[in-house]
Order: sequence, then structure tokens, then C-alpha cells
Amino acid sequence: MRRKVVNYSKYGYFFTFPFVVAFVIFSLYPILYTAVIGFTDMKGLVPKPIHILDNPFQNFKDLIFNNPSFRKSLFNTGLLWIVNFIPQIVLALLLTAWFTNQRLKIKGQGAFKVLFYMPNIITASTIAILFSTMFAYPMGPINSLFQSLGLSDAPIYFLQDKTTVRGIVSFIQFWMWYGNTLIILIAGVMGINPALFESASIDGANGIQTFFRITLPSLRTILLFTLITSMVGGLTMFDIPQLFLLGGPDDSTLTTTMFIYGQAFKGSYLYNRAAAASMILFAIAAFLSAILFYVMRDRDAAKLKKAEKENRKSARAAVEREV
Amino acid sequence: MEKTQKRGTAGLKFTKAIIYVVCIFLAILSIFPFWIMFVNATRSTAEIQSGLSLLPSTHLISNLQVLLGKSFDPIQGFLNSFIISSSATILTVYFSSLAAYGLVTYNWKLRNAFFTFILCVMMIPAQASAIGFYQFMYKLQWTNNFLPLILPAIAAPAVVFFMRQYLLATLSLEIVEAARVDGSGEYKTFNRIILPLMIPAVATQAIFAFVANWNNLFMPLILLTKKEMYTMPIMVSLLRGDIYKLEFGSIYLGLALTALPLFIVYFLLSRYIIAGVALGGVKE
Repeated sequence: MRRKVVNYSKYGYFFTFPFVVAFVIFSLYPILYTAVIGFTDMKGLVPKPIHILDNPFQNFKDLIFNNPSFRKSLFNTGLLWIVNFIPQIVLALLLTAWFTNQRLKIKGQGAFKVLFYMPNIITASTIAILFSTMFAYPMGPINSLFQSLGLSDAPIYFLQDKTTVRGIVSFIQFWMWYGNTLIILIAGVMGINPALFESASIDGANGIQTFFRITLPSLRTILLFTLITSMVGGLTMFDIPQLFLLGGPDDSTLTTTMFIYGQAFKGSYLYNRAAAASMILFAIAAFLSAILFYVMRDRDAAKLKKAEKENRKSARAAVEREV
Repeated sequence: MEKTQKRGTAGLKFTKAIIYVVCIFLAILSIFPFWIMFVNATRSTAEIQSGLSLLPSTHLISNLQVLLGKSFDPIQGFLNSFIISSSATILTVYFSSLAAYGLVTYNWKLRNAFFTFILCVMMIPAQASAIGFYQFMYKLQWTNNFLPLILPAIAAPAVVFFMRQYLLATLSLEIVEAARVDGSGEYKTFNRIILPLMIPAVATQAIFAFVANWNNLFMPLILLTKKEMYTMPIMVSLLRGDIYKLEFGSIYLGLALTALPLFIVYFLLSRYIIAGVALGGVKE
């Protein structure tokens, strides 16, 4: 009797095919195209055929060495990300430690989580304009609040001071994202084996020791995920600074994505320069992700593997000697 | 002995009091800007300029008249955003589930390579390819068209990743085998049996895909130049322009109108949304 054997493995290709096609058309091709445009002189509303520059790296060189606005945008992007991410992760970790501490039994956690996450769901454009309206001069809600609390006598022109404006943009980012980070971290702690916490408490560890010796090390993968997603998000920060003050005053909140948008789509049509800036941004994202992966790699696991290998080797050697 | 225990519980009470104060402060911080927004949407510009109030006033209708009297058309914006977001969401969840099922069920040569590829693609920022994407769409004459905002949703690496994790944890291959024995084709098995099993994962990812598409500003801003095609976030950006310069009441009302549906959806679904964030974050 002949049995018909059906091989199903080809369906793996069929089922992932739409993804691959859409990726190639809408992501891969545009990225390669952007990279090529970065080496050309493509400008103007109706672009001419592609013409590679005599010195292909001219656009990159111009951006890095002769464009203070681009350098400033990189600096701002980094600054705004660091200033919002550090308090964000610290507060999220602190709240995680509190919410997951079995001895404290904080009530109303569900309600707190719902409220802390809420700003994340509202359209960033709405939030940016809301904040810029609230800081209005001479009479806006924040100015009224300051005066009624006795913090200031005269109205303050918040939106003219570079440091204040950067602070507000960072604050908005912090305010929108700490709830998200918190929920992810709490989920991470819930995933840790409870036996670890039990044995720690039997050994007499206090809350702080448990947090630093058990919770944090076990959260490494989750922290890596948070860092990378936050970093990619921070590098591409656009909506909030764009609609908050259009990058002002004096380019103090101009981010790199806003720079790219400004060069290509706000009437200058400098596609070549914008494409080169995009590629620099892409390279930075890839470089930083690689560093993060390297720094956060599981050292203990690597060490364990190495030790295992050596063990096996010496065991084999011992067996050989006996023989 | 008794004394130290008493001191311990007093310390615990003190810590708890601090924690509640911090949490309540943060909760107020989350609500305050939105509260001001909704209250000021009902106040006249003169009232807003005269000081802060936590209670609504009576100028909602007149603010609405000023708002709609100019170029702000929230209904059109809503409709456009809804068309884009819902189509993109359907494509994202269907094709991501399909790809994830292909990854989990079948043993094909490039399976592991494909998974690594998905992990790498997840880290590419969409804005990095915007110039090439725009030029490409320009050549296809697809600017001022919703398709370039919808079709790329087919390739959503993060959603494939999530769906894969979900299937690995829940799918038993015996169901697939049983379906085969009963003579169901592979596509039919996926559509009729597996997809219904994936509903919890599909629902959370659908919420996130919808919100992400709804909130997207960058791509629509680049691709859509015709006013009647503007999405909600672009409509919102009009409130910043000179036309509403001193009409604070109607600016707040415009903002409130754009945020209101999201608030309603959020409070109806908050439990699932929060569970979804948690699930999405656990990436071991």
C-alpha cells in the first residue's frame, strides 16, 4: 500500500509571504531609496532623475560639519530624551517596588494604574497644544495657578525661556510615558518566580535588599526592552515638540525628526539633505541598540556556559586519564 | 520585643501614608490638564483670561459656534481617521496572526531566520525611511490617498512578535492535526479555528494598533495636503494656527472634542488595555 505523505512546511512560506511583500515594498525599498537619495543632489518640488554627487558623502559632511541647526537638533533630541527618561524609569521602578511589595499591600492599585496610564492614550498633538495653551501669556491656567498659590506676582512668559521650554517638553514626555513603563515593569515583577522572594524573606532580607538583589537583576530583559523602545521613541520624538512650540524658541526644542521634516516638507524640498539626516539618525539608532544589547547581555548566563564547557572538558580529560 | 514590633508597624504605616500621598498626587497630575481642558471648553475667553476655575461655565454652545465657524471640521477629521485606523487595524491583526501562525505551526527552513529578521525590523524607526517613502508614493501618485497610510500595516513586526508569544503559550498542534484529519485545508483551519482561538490576543493588539494609527501625525502630515483628507491629529494642529489665536474657549473645546472619544473608549476598555501593555512588555 502506498501512503501519500503531505509536507506542510511550505505553508510556513505562504503564511509569512504577505508580511514579507509588504515589508519589502513599504519599508525596505523606502529605506534603501532614502539611503540613495542621501548621496544625490535631489531637491525641488518636482525632483529630477537621480544623480549621484561627485563626492557621494557631501550631504553627510555638510550636515555634520557645516550645519549648526542639525547638530543642535541632535543635541536637543539626546537632551530631551535623557531628561525625560531618567526620572521616568526611577519613578516607575519606585512605584513598581511599592505596588509589588507584599508587606505594604497598597490599595486602589488598579485605579492608580488606570489613571497613570491615561495620558498615554490621548493624541500627542492634542496634549502638545493643550500644554502650550495652558502656559499662555499673560493669562493662562498655569499663570493663574502660580499667582493664586503665591509663587509669582507678575505673569511669567514661560514659553520664551529656553530652559523652561525644554523642561516642559521633557515633562510632557515623562508624564505621558511613565505609566506605560510602570505597567511593563510590574508585569515583569509578576513574572519572577515567587520562591525567590520567599527565600529572600526567610533569609531576613528587607524591602530594599530584596529590590536591589532580586527584583532588579531578574528584570534585566524587561529593562532592556524598555530602554530600547524608549530610545527609538526618543530619537524619533516629533509630535510634542512640533506642535508645542514648532521647535522654538531659537531652535531650543528642535528635534532631529523635526529637522528632517522641515528640510523636506516645509517648503525647502531639500530631499537630499533630509535623507542624509535620516540615515544618520538610523545609524545612531542601530549603534545605540547594539551598545544596549552588549551592555545588558546576560553576563551570568555567558559565564555559566563557559564554566559548563570547562567542566565538560575536565570531565572528559578525567575519563580519558582513567582509561 | 513588643516594642520593636510596634515601632515596625508604625514605620510601615508612615511609609504607606507617604506612598498614598505620592500616588494621589500623581493621579491628580494625570487628571488636572484634562480637567482644565474640559472645564475651559465651556468657558468664554474672557472667563479663561480672568483666572483658573475647576467648575464648568455656560459658554459651550458659543464656543462651538466659533469653533465650527472657521476651517475646523471635526466630523470630516473623525471620519478620515476612522477609515484609516480601522482598515489599518484589520490588516495588522489579520496578517500578523497569519504570519505568527506560520511561524509557530510549520517547520520550514527559514523559520528561525525569519524570526531574527522580525526582531531586527522591530527596531527600525519609521521616520528614517520617510523621504524615500514619500518619493516612492509621489511617483505612484499616491499622495493624498489613504492607501499609503493603510497598506504598510500588513507588515507589523511587533504585533507578529506578540502573536507568536501568544500562540506558543496557547496553541496545541493537535487541534491543527484534528482539523486536517477532518479534511480542512490549511487556510480554512486558520480562518475558522485558529483565528477565533486568538481573539483575546487579537483584541488587545487591535486596541493598540487603532490608537497608534489614530494618533499618528508624521506620515499623514507628509502625505495628505488636501483639507478634506486631513486626519484628526492634523485637524488638531490647525487649532494652533493664527485663526484661533485669541479664541481660547474654542481652542479648548476643539481639543476636548478630539480627546473625548479616546477617553470614552479608554474608560470602557481600560482593564484590557492595561493587561495588554503588561502582556506586550513581557518579552522573554
